[in-house]
Amino acid sequence: MATKTRFPADRGLTARMMTTVFLIGLLYAVLVTALALSHLRIEWVILIPVVLVVAQFFYSDRIALWAMHAKVVTPEQAPQLHAVVDRLCNLANMPKPRVGIAQMDMPNAFATGRNQSHAVVCVTTGILRRLDEPELEAVLAHELSHVAHRDVAVMTIASFLGIISGLLMRVLFYGALFGGGGQGARRGGGNNNQGGGQLVLFELAAFGISAAFYFISFLLIRALSRYRELAADRSGAILIGQPRLLMNALIKVTGEIGRVPSQDLRTARNFNAFFFAPALTRGGGASMANLFSTHPSLEVRLEQLAQLEAKMGSSR
Amino acid sequence: MKLFDVLLGRTKPAEANLDALFGLPGAVITLQASENLVPTNQAGVCYKPMAGQRFEKTTEEMAELLGLDSGSGGRIRHETDKYAYEWLVVESPDFQELVNQIHVVNTTLEEQGFGPSLLCSVFGFSVVGAAGAGASTYLVYLYKRGTFYPFMPFPGKEQRDVPSELRLAEVLKEDLKLEEQKERWMPLWGLPVH
Repeated sequence: MATKTRFPADRGLTARMMTTVFLIGLLYAVLVTALALSHLRIEWVILIPVVLVVAQFFYSDRIALWAMHAKVVTPEQAPQLHAVVDRLCNLANMPKPRVGIAQMDMPNAFATGRNQSHAVVCVTTGILRRLDEPELEAVLAHELSHVAHRDVAVMTIASFLGIISGLLMRVLFYGALFGGGGQGARRGGGNNNQGGGQLVLFELAAFGISAAFYFISFLLIRALSRYRELAADRSGAILIGQPRLLMNALIKVTGEIGRVPSQDLRTARNFNAFFFAPALTRGGGASMANLFSTHPSLEVRLEQLAQLEAKMGSSR
Repeated sequence: MKLFDVLLGRTKPAEANLDALFGLPGAVITLQASENLVPTNQAGVCYKPMAGQRFEKTTEEMAELLGLDSGSGGRIRHETDKYAYEWLVVESPDFQELVNQIHVVNTTLEEQGFGPSLLCSVFGFSVVGAAGAGASTYLVYLYKRGTFYPFMPFPGKEQRDVPSELRLAEVLKEDLKLEEQKERWMPLWGLPVH
């Protein structure tokens, strides 16, 4: 039978995501071309990050669980939580991920794992305590959407560019700082009739270019991360059918986090990209800060959900 | 999932598959013959309510649509469980009739755009002679998979008799398409179907 859907497509978000993905792809292509043309012997500059990123990708679930001091729980240990996840997975027709709980009062949740069969969804005891069951379900629907969208794979590939250009920037910086000698010796082809001054200039130019690469890729990756969050908000709200519940959860969780400053929060900083709400929020609503953050601002997320709810109500 | 959907962070809501429901009457014969289980002639349809969109038909209208008037011996009721999922529970004197009615409930929900919101249908069974005690065994139909699994909770406890469920699945595998991924056999505590 013809599928009748009540959810109009969000073309704006699709277009923004498409543009960001395209720009990241373009940046990759330019970087690879530049490296190929530069004749720099930088195989190891590429190789080390590749090994690191592949390891991070394959062990993302274990690394995240370990870093958050989270434990995977069985249905016997957390029957309520499992019941909610069970229902959502059967509703969305996706395999059930492992479920973890982190003993941490900071209210948050994250999903990680390289694919659907290695996924783990984790909540903190803080979020369990603060949210009621329908709100918790909304948060879990958001996290399951991250799993369904394969956000770990997408973000790993996207951020790889930033890691390489960042590393390259540092290598070239020190190369330029300590003179062209070492770098020149490593360069193949015996093109050594250039003067030392020229070499340093060349190194500085290469450093400038990779610094620009690093900066642009950083901004693009952050933008992509924010769009992925909005996409997960949207899919999660559609799955539970009630955007309002996700709005309530967001308000409760971000409100609490904003009010509780403590050193404990800093230990979670590196995991911001995988969180439901970022653990560290900068003061003020400056647009510059928004450009650098991994998550869209609360206002943007609430606005999207409110629009979705309004459309759901009026579409029949 | 297509590459574009991954790149753009999209998921399409999973639609329900109602076809396999009609395998149930055959399974009932097997259950009665080999397990001494008979249907309690109650079945429930579980769905998730949507914002801004109530299910349009009231239970009275639904009863009318299903031909459940006072003379038919059947009835329909509406319940909300503790996870905020809603149930339409149908009682009917005849099992074949019940399956048809559940199918009508499902298609009606689907026609109104509730396809992605349908979670499962549950059919109750009890041991012969213990009809008054309510259902002890359930067959759960997962819409998104088009598969069944048995669910046997211990009365009054949030525990299930997994060995018996696995044995029952073995008995039923000729008659029904059973869910092969055991992790999808979700427990449904406090079922409104008796």
